Amino acid sequence: MAVKYDLNEREVWDGNFAASQALRQAQVDVVVAYPITPSTPIVENYGSYVGNGYIDGEFVMVESEHAAMSGCIGASASGGRVSTATSSQGFALMAEVLYQASGMRLPIVLNVVNRALASPLNVRGDHADMYLGRDSGWIQMGAFNAQEAYDLALCAFKVAENHDVRLPVMVHQDGFITSHTAQNCYPLTDEAAYKFVGDIVPVDDMLDFSRPVTYGAQTEEDWHFEHKAKQHKALMDSRPIIDEVYAEFAKLTGREYKRVESYLMEDADVAIVALGTTVETARFAAEELRKETGIKAGVVAIRCFRPFPFDDVRDALENVKAVAVTDRSSPGGAMGAFYNEVSAALYTTVNRPLVTNFIYGLGGRDFSIDEAKRIFTEQQAHADAGHITTDIQQFSGLRGPHLGYFKTKRG
Amino acid sequence: MQDINLLANDNRGKSQLEGGFDLLGWDEVQQGSVLPSFDGDATGIANMKSEERSYSGFNSYTATVASWRVQKPVFNIDVCIDCQNCWVWCPDSSILSRDKQMLGIDYDHCKGCEVCVEVCPTNPKSLLMFNENDDIETALSQWPEKKKKETK
Repeated sequence: MAVKYDLNEREVWDGNFAASQALRQAQVDVVVAYPITPSTPIVENYGSYVGNGYIDGEFVMVESEHAAMSGCIGASASGGRVSTATSSQGFALMAEVLYQASGMRLPIVLNVVNRALASPLNVRGDHADMYLGRDSGWIQMGAFNAQEAYDLALCAFKVAENHDVRLPVMVHQDGFITSHTAQNCYPLTDEAAYKFVGDIVPVDDMLDFSRPVTYGAQTEEDWHFEHKAKQHKALMDSRPIIDEVYAEFAKLTGREYKRVESYLMEDADVAIVALGTTVETARFAAEELRKETGIKAGVVAIRCFRPFPFDDVRDALENVKAVAVTDRSSPGGAMGAFYNEVSAALYTTVNRPLVTNFIYGLGGRDFSIDEAKRIFTEQQAHADAGHITTDIQQFSGLRGPHLGYFKTKRG
Repeated sequence: MQDINLLANDNRGKSQLEGGFDLLGWDEVQQGSVLPSFDGDATGIANMKSEERSYSGFNSYTATVASWRVQKPVFNIDVCIDCQNCWVWCPDSSILSRDKQMLGIDYDHCKGCEVCVEVCPTNPKSLLMFNENDDIETALSQWPEKKKKETK
């Protein structure tokens, strides 16, 4: 029997502590982990909860992130509630095994504290690791602050373990900006949190000796395609279930989440589309800019990056005139991946807003309120001109000469 | 001489590994490609003999890989001392043995690796490799004599 952990109605937690408290309250059975900055405190705290008797679980320290996710797969296939955390290089080392977890339909929850990928080595937050996971078949949710890192981690178990989903879920938060910034958080009581998440009901668990199963089968060209199609459908079909879980959570806490969040979008002419902590910066800039200049600025944030909300993001943006899609990951010789996805959705609207791409904030470079205002203002210039007046892709907050690519043919 | 179907049940080796199944659509395949080994409740199956178990179509027991083999081991019961070395070492559980008595080879799953021959300690060996198409009776009739100790 676990020792009672005293909680106040309001706690001061950083994103890492918040996520680890969610793991404790969800009574995670097994955490298999290898430490990496800035995600380390999540698994470290879980280990201390086990060591101090606050939870009946098992903390397994392994030799690498590859082994960490492999261990999670074993524990999850055995029927346990399983979670871990990682960042950056650790995420990259885990990548191969991420595909195994989703392919085997195992409901593991991975807390990803977003951090840049080397080289050059960098410990700060950008979205390179998050992007690396985007085709891995996991559900990816984004928290924009510590409270959300806690809330979404609880929701993640409930989504992942739903028998109509049975897919692993990543809960992302931005390295340091969220993970190490202490903020007011309002936790549920242990009882309410666990009641919300519920008991895990295993599927095809390897400890069911009345029904032995094989995990990790080989399928060649005659079977592989069908299995991947079934997996894709499960991911696409998880959308309404995520909505249901968010709705149930809102009923419990009053904190309402949507797969696509819209701020000041009712009458917006121009919008920034963003992920992570940038959302809060852009929201603040939009409010100020509206007062200062009358530019009708709004913000669309993607809460659920995978399954990508193609229809909801389109609905949120179809009536604006100009959209800036922001990618916090080095695009590696292409338009930003997020830009491409939002653009594809907007291409199927009647109005087809003008869409430009900003590469920003790499390696934790600060994204300022002034820069967000400048981007909004530039969108207004596109809207007034009726076409894109700058390069379609630009780097924002970069020292040195202007760096940008491609002109529109619509002007 | 070994009966080819020694200790087989209705299921063993009934399908070829390739193309032996109905090709189902994406909506019918196993979730997560997780494959149950047995049909029905398998409680206590560890205490059942393989020929009594209800292996599912997903279990390799029900598929044959005999076609992979170029050479096959042949078992000579007259020389065997039931030491179980071959049973321990066979990587494909293809040595058929009951109550520590060696009975023969599961030719549906043996891949002809020759490990059993290598580890057999008798003189002459109780297991020898022959061409896949040689019949067992002929093979047994060609069995070598006991090798004499060299005199100095």
